[in-house]
Parts: sequence; C-alpha cells; structure tokens
Amino acid sequence: MSKFVYVTYIQTTPEKLWEALIKPEFTKQYWVGVSQISDWKVGSSWKLEFSDGRVADTGEVLEIDPPRRLVVSWQNEFRLDLKEEGHSRATFDIERTGDLVKLTVTHEIDREGSKLIEAVSGGWPAILSGLKTLLETGKPLQGWPS
Amino acid sequence: MSMDLVFRALADPSRRRLLDLLHAKNGQTLGELCGELDMTRQAVTKHLGILEEASLVVAQKRGREKLHYINPVPINDIADRWIGKFERHRVRALADLKKMLEE
Repeated sequence: MSKFVYVTYIQTTPEKLWEALIKPEFTKQYWVGVSQISDWKVGSSWKLEFSDGRVADTGEVLEIDPPRRLVVSWQNEFRLDLKEEGHSRATFDIERTGDLVKLTVTHEIDREGSKLIEAVSGGWPAILSGLKTLLETGKPLQGWPS
Repeated sequence: MSMDLVFRALADPSRRRLLDLLHAKNGQTLGELCGELDMTRQAVTKHLGILEEASLVVAQKRGREKLHYINPVPINDIADRWIGKFERHRVRALADLKKMLEE
C-alpha cells in the first residue's frame, strides 16, 4: 500500500470548499488549469481534463456526500508507467472545526512503491496551498511550480 | 492553522528527525519510529503530538495501530508566502546545483 495524507485548514465554510473542489471555474484557478468532469453520482464516470481538452486522469465516483466526503477512483492517462499501475483512490474529507474547515486529502493505491503516488505527491501540497489562498483571499496564487 | 505552531514544531532537532523518517517512509507506527530513535517512547509520543498539533504529521488509525503521515502542506504554505511563485524555479535550480556539488 502506498499512501499520502494531506491536511489543510481553511477559513471558509464546508459548502464553499465543496464548490471550490468540484466546479471548473474554481479548480481552473488553483489546480494546474484542470476541470473535474462528472455528473457526481455514485458509479458515474469521472475525469480530470486540461483546458485544451487533454485528459489527465480518469475514474469513477465511489462515494459522494456533499459537502462532507468525496471518493473517486483515479487512473493516470498520460504516462504509460503510471497508467499501468491501474486505479488509485483519492478521498476528500471536509470537516468543520471552530471557524475553520479541515480538508483532508488521502491518495492511496494497493501497491508498494507506487510511482503514481510519488508523482502526485509533488502536486497536492501546491494545489492545496493554492486552494486555501483562493478561498481566503479570493485571489489565485500566481504561477505554478515548474 | 497558526504558522507559529509550525515554526515551533520545526525548531527542535528530534522533531525534524521524525519528519525525516516519515519523509523516507510514510505511514509508520509509533513502534517503528521509536526503533529508529534513541529516545523513550514517551518522548517520541510527545514530539509526535507537537508535530500533529502543527499539522505537520497526520495520524490515522489502522485497526489498533496508529499510522503517522508527513503532511507537507504547512511547509508549502510557508514557501508560497516568502519564496515567491516566480522565483521558485530559480531557487529550485540553485538547490539542485548545491545537491549535485555536494554529492
């Protein structure tokens, strides 16, 4: 099992955070310009798409409970070595604590030394910092770490 | 989440060592971490508590055990605040150069 857990506390409401996670007009501002495409029902297909239409990752909605929990299966589509690892699982847990909202993102796959989990581990901290900045200041972070 | 807590947690060499251990192998139990350190179990528990309070470590239950995961997001927030988004690739290039020269 390879697994990473990311936690950030954001000054917002669970409802706003949920919208910022799901809606393309928000995700495009902090998540390397991608949109999540799904009709958001259990069993529905799910994909992460770049603004030029290329597909980054695909999967399925495994659990959805707005504005508390979202679980998707997640397979990379643009690197063969990552695609070969098959489906990983990404879980988003949203929890109110006082006047803050705790967001926990867990990304895991049932294999040791996963290259996919390694590859996404460089991205998640920056994505979550950007999400926090967007929600707290209304402005996206400028630029993306190369 | 207060940055004071993050800096206070990072100010101790034993706690930085704990983060190094989790960076090398994520998701370790208290027992595994104790095996790598010359400290009492109580001391390790206390240090982990301070790291958890700063959100630098996240503990998740697995059966009767607790697994500890390093959470890089607070450190990334610090980097975003002061390093600057445009300079980051240059800083990265310098860090790579330093690493290459020191290897």
